[in-house]
Amino acid sequence: MVAQNIAFGVLAAATSLAAIRVVTTRNVVHAALYLVVVLASVGALYILLTAEFVAAVQILVYVGAIVVLLLFGVMLTKATLGEDDQLDNDQRWLGAVIALFLLGTLSFVLVDAFGDDKLPSLEGVSRATLEAQRGSGAVGDAIFSTFLVPFEVVSVLLLAALVGAIVLARRD
Amino acid sequence: MIAVALSDYWVQTAIKTGVVLAVIPTAALILGYVFLLKMMSHMQSRLGPMEAGPHGLLQLVADGLKFIQKEDLFPDRADRFVFAAAPLVVLCSTFLLYVVVPAGPTLIVEDLSTGVFYALAVSSISVLGVLMAGWASANKYSLMGGLRAAGQLIAYELPMVLAVVGVVIQAGTLSLQGIVTSQANGEIFGIGLIGNPFILTQFVGFAIFLMATQAELTQPPFDMPVAESEIVGGYQVEYTGFRFLIFFIGEFGTAFVFAGIAATLFLGGWYVPGLDLDGGFLSNLIGPGVLFAKIMLVAFLIFWVRFTYPRLREDQLQTFAWKYLIPISLLNILATAVLKVVL
Repeated sequence: MVAQNIAFGVLAAATSLAAIRVVTTRNVVHAALYLVVVLASVGALYILLTAEFVAAVQILVYVGAIVVLLLFGVMLTKATLGEDDQLDNDQRWLGAVIALFLLGTLSFVLVDAFGDDKLPSLEGVSRATLEAQRGSGAVGDAIFSTFLVPFEVVSVLLLAALVGAIVLARRD
Repeated sequence: MIAVALSDYWVQTAIKTGVVLAVIPTAALILGYVFLLKMMSHMQSRLGPMEAGPHGLLQLVADGLKFIQKEDLFPDRADRFVFAAAPLVVLCSTFLLYVVVPAGPTLIVEDLSTGVFYALAVSSISVLGVLMAGWASANKYSLMGGLRAAGQLIAYELPMVLAVVGVVIQAGTLSLQGIVTSQANGEIFGIGLIGNPFILTQFVGFAIFLMATQAELTQPPFDMPVAESEIVGGYQVEYTGFRFLIFFIGEFGTAFVFAGIAATLFLGGWYVPGLDLDGGFLSNLIGPGVLFAKIMLVAFLIFWVRFTYPRLREDQLQTFAWKYLIPISLLNILATAVLKVVL
C-alpha cells in the first residue's frame, strides 16, 4: 500500500496548495485554473479509492463543464491579464472564520464516525470481484434502488433551476 | 545487473506510455498526409505537395522540421505560463483518449470498466486548453476564437454523449473491449455470421456521433473557432513554431482516436469474423491492422465532409445542436431502450 500512500500525500498536498492559491491569487482566470487543479486532484483521489465512475463524472462535470462555463462567463465580461487589485474585499476575515468552522465540523464528524477504522485491504481481491462491488454497474444499481428518492429529488431540483434560467433569459 | 521483468507494473506502464507517445504523432502524420495534403488536393483537381519525397510523402516531416527551427515567440502582454501550458493541456487530453481504445484482445493500455464514459470525460479537457490559449494570447481575435470554441464544444458534447448511450444500452457495458465482444457475439435476425456491428442498429447514433466529432475537432463546417476569414485563426493566431505544431498534432491525433472510438463503437473495432476473441497471438497481430483500416474509413468520412461543406453561421451551429441533434439522439435512446426491453 506504500505507492497509494505516497500518491495520496502528493495529491493531498497539490489539492491544498492549489485551493489556497484559488483564494490568494490576484487574477481571476488564474483562480479558475487553480480550481481545475483542485477538482482534478479530487478526481484522482476518487481513483485511489477505486471509484472509477465517480472520478470520470468528476472530470466530465466539474472540469469539462462547470469550470469551462465559469471561464466562459469570466472571459465574456472581464478577464484582465496580469494582477487585478479589485479582486480582494473586506469580507476575507469572515470567509476565513467560516472556512475554519467548516474544517472543524467536517474533521470532527469524520473522526467521530470512523475513528481509527481502516479501509478494507484490497490485497488478493480479484478484479472481477472489485468490479461487481464498486464498478459502474454497482453505482447504477445503487442510484436506482437504495438512493432512488434522493436521485429523483435532485432531478426535480435541477428541473426547477432549468425553468428558472429560462424565465430569467426570456425577455418578453 | 537488475533483471527487468516485463510483468512489472512500472515497466509495463513505461512501455505503454512510450507506445502511445509514438502513435500520436504517427497518426497525425498519416491523417495529415493522406487526407489533408493528398485527398483534398485530388478532390480539388490539383496535385498538392509533390517535391519532398515520393509523391510528396515527406512534406509533413519537412514542415515539422521547419516548425521546430522557428523562434519561440511570446506576445508582449501574454500570460507566459498559461500561454505555454495551453497546447500541452490539449495534447494531454489527446493522450488520455488513447488509453481506452483496444487494438486487439490484449492490446489495450487499460481496459477501464468505465471505458467510453472515461473517453468522453477526458475529451472535454481539451476545451480548457483552447480557452487558456485564447485568453493568454492577449489578442482579441484569440479571445473570440476561444469563446466560440468553448460554446461549440459544450453544445456538441451533449449529442456525442447521448449518441453513445444507445450503443451502451445495446451492449450492456461501458468498456470498449466489452462493446467489441458484444458486437462480435451479436446476431442479426438470428444470423451470427458477421456478428452485429452496431452501425446497423444504431445508424442514427453513428451519424450523430460523427457530426459531433466534426464539431469537437473544430473542422469545417464547424470551424468558427479558427475561421481564418473572420478571426484570422482564432485561438491559434499567436502560436508559432513548435507550439503551433503541438496544436496541429493534437488536432489530428484527436481526429485519429475519435475515428478509432467510432470504429470501435459502431464498426466492431479490431474484430473481423474468424478472429479469436480470447487473446490469441494471431488476433493481436491482425487486430491493429483491422482497426487501422476501419479508422481510415471513418476518417475518410470525417475529412470528406470537411472538404465539401462551407462553414455554418454561429447561430446555425447552436440551433443545429440544441434543436435537432439532441432531440433526435434522445428519441434514439428511447427507441433503443424500449426495443432492448421488448426483444
